[in-house]
Amino acid sequence: MTPASAVDQGGAPQRLPAQSMTETDRYRTEFEAFAAGRSTPEPAWLREQREEAIARFQDRGFPTVAEEEWRFTSVAPIARTAFRRPAPGEGSGVRTADVAAFGFEGAFEGHQIVFVDGRLAPGLSSITPEGGLQICSLADVLSREPERLRSHLGRVVSDGASSFADLNAAFFEDGAFVFIPPGLAVDKPIHLVFMSSRGTGPASTISHPRTVVVAGRGSQVQIVESYAGVPGAAYLANAVTQIVLEDGAGLEHCTVQRESEAAFHVGFMAVVQGRASRFKSHSFALGGRLARNDVRQLFADEGGECELNGLFAVAGEQHSDTHTVIDHAHPHCTSRELYKGILDGKSRGVFVGRILVREGARKTDAHQTNKNLLLSREALVDSVPQLEILASDVKCKHGSTTGQLDSAALFYLRSRGIPEAAARSLLVCAFASDVVGRVRIPAVKAGIERHLREQLPGLRDREIQEAVL
Amino acid sequence: MLEVKDLHASANGREILKGVDLRVKAGEVHAIMGPNGSGKSTLAHVIAGRPGYEVTRGRVLYQGQDLLAMTPEARAREGVFLAFQYPVEIPGVSNVYFLKAALNAIRKHRGQSELDAMDFLSLVKEKAKLVDIDESLVKRAVNEGFSGGEKKRNEIFQMAILDPPLAVLDETDSGLDIDALRIVAGGVNQLRTPERAIVLVTHYQRLLDYIVPDVVHVLLDGRIVKSGDKELARELEARGYEWLEASAAP
Ligand SMILES: Nc1ncnc2c1ncn2[C@@H]1O[C@H](COP(=O)(O)OP(=O)(O)OP(=O)(O)O)[C@@H](O)[C@H]1O
Ligand SMILES: [Mg+2]
Repeated sequence: MTPASAVDQGGAPQRLPAQSMTETDRYRTEFEAFAAGRSTPEPAWLREQREEAIARFQDRGFPTVAEEEWRFTSVAPIARTAFRRPAPGEGSGVRTADVAAFGFEGAFEGHQIVFVDGRLAPGLSSITPEGGLQICSLADVLSREPERLRSHLGRVVSDGASSFADLNAAFFEDGAFVFIPPGLAVDKPIHLVFMSSRGTGPASTISHPRTVVVAGRGSQVQIVESYAGVPGAAYLANAVTQIVLEDGAGLEHCTVQRESEAAFHVGFMAVVQGRASRFKSHSFALGGRLARNDVRQLFADEGGECELNGLFAVAGEQHSDTHTVIDHAHPHCTSRELYKGILDGKSRGVFVGRILVREGARKTDAHQTNKNLLLSREALVDSVPQLEILASDVKCKHGSTTGQLDSAALFYLRSRGIPEAAARSLLVCAFASDVVGRVRIPAVKAGIERHLREQLPGLRDREIQEAVL
Repeated sequence: MLEVKDLHASANGREILKGVDLRVKAGEVHAIMGPNGSGKSTLAHVIAGRPGYEVTRGRVLYQGQDLLAMTPEARAREGVFLAFQYPVEIPGVSNVYFLKAALNAIRKHRGQSELDAMDFLSLVKEKAKLVDIDESLVKRAVNEGFSGGEKKRNEIFQMAILDPPLAVLDETDSGLDIDALRIVAGGVNQLRTPERAIVLVTHYQRLLDYIVPDVVHVLLDGRIVKSGDKELARELEARGYEWLEASAAP
């Protein structure tokens, strides 16, 4: 069941009024200032990439609901905001305690690198050397050995990403660079934290963190990306993450988005998988006032496995949009996708999951499931599975359901003495539990569970909490 | 213990209970029999407080209190228990831990101390034995993937844990094999105490061979048309309900 959406799918697409020149011009002007203000000289190819990106952005402007990819999500509130790039040091008000609140309460055991407003915060980071593993600032690599990044940085924009990725390509200053040498099984998980500060000026701030992860042949690693902001802060975090898995690599990735309630979040993650590599992703979109999340995966060779799990939980007037693409471009690859949504209040959710099985990708095995739980009459979700199968001898399956809390289950729990609010919340947690339960880093799993519980009434009681499997 | 007076109830605009009268004292076991669709489960649900039923007339008193004014959870805490005809599967919710939360909510309400994990688990061990249910089973998600018979045992297991003064068992015997029926009935008999009242909804005389009722009622088209002792159940087994239908007409 897919409830009718505000945008009529059959009729003429709604058009936003043409974007005023000033909107895109503002970014051009900003770009000139940005380029002029770069203190470290950048290689010509990077300057060209930035120049191309801003030109493309100027040309395309922000996406509108007239575009297929954006028809459920209007970014007009982002387009009309005059964001400000915070000056270096403005985020220095962000302290260890602020980060700790999103750092899984100190229970996380592993490497942690922290960026504030898109720039490295060395004082908040802690990395211990481990067998050739590199976790560092992208800006650092750019200044020392830029050629290592050349092939990666240009890639996203050529991947047909949106004009938000163009903005990121034009403006990114920093982000994480993670390199796992071939054959290394990284012992401890890696936590990449992207915090947004309140800035020091009145206007909303903007940051464009760029992360590049390269998992060498046969390496293994667990990486967590957290996006969060100082409570109440208004900003746009426009992140791009690029992940490359070389042959036989295994990477388990987790994104925990807990942006402030006034924030915008746009995240684009591109994943390229080599032969027989295994990629697992768990994505939790929990915060922000407007969040858009793209996952674009590609099997670039045979025998890969990909698992995408995700959960979004929204309430009030929050809007959460997830688009995923799994690209079976080669034979003998397996993908499993499970995305769930929980919507309360007047919130709005979108899941568009595209699975592309290209010509010749025989023995493809793909499953996709999307389940949404509506907790209020005013919440609305659009679920669009898109299977495009151009190969034969493949196994593909998808299913999508949207429903309310099971009234029979609710009565069953109440009939045993569980108060209604607790029973409801228990069922909501139970709905989320199979996605949350797949996270294998205990501190991260506990942190997500805690976050969910705090949003739900009636779950203060420890005993009720224990009842969630 | 339980007093139902001239109870009329409807669902979705349709009258299902058309004037039910029933009095059950502590220590008694009452059986309610009647054809499919006569309103037995509806009566059980109205007693337990399931939303979706509208009581248009009559009263239900439990230990002198107006049961109909209470939420389902308040009724449970006061000691009303319903063993469901169709126990609900709840993936993601732990059977024992939800039960522990329920028991401690009830104990708190009764002014008893809450049980800690150790005490609770030994209680689980003891009560699981009572209905011969596998301990690993009761620790899984509520009824998820349980067989029909396992679900019914789980209902009696929950009843044994919660120790309610009033238990309404809705067709707990349906779907049980002969051995399971004996075991479940044995479990119920052990819970048959002078303080507890039990209402058994059943289609089969066989259950009543194991759990001998004090009173047998026939519910027909939303009314109790005949009450008697255990011999009435035998008569129903032999003659069916047709001979009673004349008395069901308003
Ligand atoms: N929520 C409801 N809405 C509409 N009709 C209902 C509802 N609940 C029950 N009924 C109807 O009321 C009648 C009595 O149902 P009930 O489940 O109480 O019967 P029963 O005596 O328990 O039958 P069985 O022996 O088959 O379990 C049936 O015709 C049923 O379809
Ligand atoms: Mg029934």
